Amino acid sequence: MNSFPIIRVITKILIPYILLFGLYVQFHGDFGPGGGFQAGVIFASALILYALVYGLPAVYYVAPPKVVEKLIALGLLLYAATGVACMVRGGNFLDYNKLEHHFLTELPAFYGDEPTFHFLPSGQHLGIFLVELGVGITVTAVMTMIFYAFAGREQVE
Amino acid sequence: MMIFIVIPILTLLALTAVTVARIRNLWAAVMFTGIYSFLGASWMLILDAPDVAFTEAAVGAGISTILMLATLALAPRKRHKDGRLESNDFDERPSKKSRFWPLVVVTITGCALIYGTGDMPHFGDPNAPIQIYPDPSFVEKSQPDMHGLPNVVTAVLASYRGYDTLGETAVIFTAGIAVLLILRQTTQSDQEHLDRLETNEVSA
Repeated sequence: MNSFPIIRVITKILIPYILLFGLYVQFHGDFGPGGGFQAGVIFASALILYALVYGLPAVYYVAPPKVVEKLIALGLLLYAATGVACMVRGGNFLDYNKLEHHFLTELPAFYGDEPTFHFLPSGQHLGIFLVELGVGITVTAVMTMIFYAFAGREQVE
Repeated sequence: MMIFIVIPILTLLALTAVTVARIRNLWAAVMFTGIYSFLGASWMLILDAPDVAFTEAAVGAGISTILMLATLALAPRKRHKDGRLESNDFDERPSKKSRFWPLVVVTITGCALIYGTGDMPHFGDPNAPIQIYPDPSFVEKSQPDMHGLPNVVTAVLASYRGYDTLGETAVIFTAGIAVLLILRQTTQSDQEHLDRLETNEVSA
């Protein structure tokens, strides 16, 4: 489809927004609708659209199969490692409350003139964030690799 | 007012489903399954399930349609005598067997399914089991438990049922690896590696 100028231009305009929407669905998933699986398939569909219009070599340059196939395992490992990290910190497997941290969690609140700092517990936020990221990575990589496997084959005569 | 959106979408869904079953051209059938998925995504949006709609639009209408088209493109096709490729239309003769018994089976199954819906609670019924159990519901307890995460669906999937979601991710992982093992072609370096293994075995 390399020779259709309208398709090429429209795709080039669309892809950044698809990727941005994928990132939004991924990282805003605990506040709005969405999550790792949805973000993964949206992200993968952007890559597949790019491959359809610009050809496989172009997309291999952006997402090399050797890297993507390792990402399949990385996502699942990230998920499981989050659970193990909770165990290391003395909780049950995937007990996110044990991931409590103090990085950027002090929220200032103004009741009088002096700001008072409130600690916002965010172990659950961090746990859900990491877990959803793992799901997103695995789903993106699986979808992309399956497409590569189909697209890379020759027709049987 | 919603009825003006709901009825056309459901009608189009039914029409598309019948068309997919009846159409003889495989390419057109694949495109119609894509249309069906997209209508399904719109329907999910009306049912207030935007995350399911995302998935249906991206996977059903996008990726699976492309994969089916890729499969059609890879499948061998007959050639005419002058070398032209034949079209991919289903070359299917109408069956000589009676259509009576299949119709009976389908009718009984359909009636059983419709009879089954009689026991289901009405859509959005506040006394439905899903609204009553567990008590207090996830909707009530997720805000304090999650320290203010507003999305209850994410809280249930990733935190309360985190272990299940880990299993689901493992299923996606396993399925992806299995498909890759079946479909992937051996590259040249893989082939050299295999050859080396073979020669080593022979010499040993």
